[in-house]
Amino acid sequence: MCGVCGCSGIPVDGTGEETAPPRHGHHHEGDQGHEHEHVGPDGTVHRHRHGGGGGGGGPGHDHHHAVTHPHSDHHHDHHHDHHRGEGPATRLLRVEQDILAKNNAYAATNRALFAAAGVFSVNLMSSPGAGKTTLLVRTLTDLKDRFPAAVIEGDQQTSMDADRIRATGTPAVQVNTGTGCHLDALMVTRAVGRLGLAVESVLFIENVGNLVCPAGFDLGQTRRVVVLSTTEGEDKPLKYPNMIAAADLLVVNKIDLLPHLTFDVGRLVDYARRIKPGLEVVELSASTGVGLDRWYQWLETGIAAARSGRDTGDR
Amino acid sequence: MHELALSQGIVDVVCRQAETGGACRVLRVRIAIGALSSVAPNAIEFCFDAVSRGTLAEGARLEIDRPPGRAHCLSCETVVTIAGRECPCPLCGEHRWVLVGGDDLRVLELEVA
Repeated sequence: MCGVCGCSGIPVDGTGEETAPPRHGHHHEGDQGHEHEHVGPDGTVHRHRHGGGGGGGGPGHDHHHAVTHPHSDHHHDHHHDHHRGEGPATRLLRVEQDILAKNNAYAATNRALFAAAGVFSVNLMSSPGAGKTTLLVRTLTDLKDRFPAAVIEGDQQTSMDADRIRATGTPAVQVNTGTGCHLDALMVTRAVGRLGLAVESVLFIENVGNLVCPAGFDLGQTRRVVVLSTTEGEDKPLKYPNMIAAADLLVVNKIDLLPHLTFDVGRLVDYARRIKPGLEVVELSASTGVGLDRWYQWLETGIAAARSGRDTGDR
Repeated sequence: MHELALSQGIVDVVCRQAETGGACRVLRVRIAIGALSSVAPNAIEFCFDAVSRGTLAEGARLEIDRPPGRAHCLSCETVVTIAGRECPCPLCGEHRWVLVGGDDLRVLELEVA
């Protein structure tokens, strides 16, 4: 580092290792100021002059470019302190790190746990009131002799949903997110620690009712299922495209109500497949049971794949 | 509210990198919020100030890049810019595309002292 102008500006990458400083020529002229030169990565020579820090008129800064170019058209590839002696040099740290890296690391942990135990894990997402818990209660009641199951229930408050699940005889853990609007991967890691994972079981993770935030947080699940109900608008896929884009299966619930509604299932499916071409769709009613056989078939296929170790996750 | 969790993620990354780099203070943070991510930049700005208080990043200026959505169209077999997940391919008008960029959330660089 140059002790006079502090312009080493050594960038540090995400690994914390120092990278080579830019080529850099100096002409320091005592206390009155100095002139120096930078050579950019494209070979552009950039020379400028600094006034002395104690010169009284503030730090002067003259530029001479070997290549003519307007100042507004480029960014200088160096950083240095123009206020010699008044503070430490500033530096650029290059990071390039995913903001969700921490969540993704826990998701990878969960995915490895599920894969090792041959667990088929389903992240169930919808808006509030679409029927996730009703679908789960019905499913667990119908299939309890077919495979071992457990449930992680995510809600901001109360243990009402976990209580409903436990009434079916299925172990359940309630995760209250407080002010949080979604489950994150660490919440699932902790919940799995409390629940324990039965080998070759199914783990349903019922996310917080919300069509926005849960789409952004990978939980390490084997599959993501989005439930939309016929009492919502057909345009929900277009309004909440990130959620549809994240889905492996779209369940259309409450089809028993169709005679009383103007809801067009075909249009809903068309909108959803605009967002995600080829998205698999199952239409059912968790209340009357119509269409549940296809949902059970989808689950059985996933369970068989997880057991055979062929399926280790969707990412 | 998920912007609060994401802002905490940003501050975590920033402080860890600043400490690794031996910095005393973070002056500026540049992040990328893809145009097709489900994240509101103004909410991130709001939360960042609150979450960074008492950390190395307190008072840092937050700069936000908005990389556009990029999609590989399966019909045209080319990469195009997409304004939204509901939008068709601007070349062929079909919806058969796979997102390849612009849904990301990254810390790009820090200026530290």
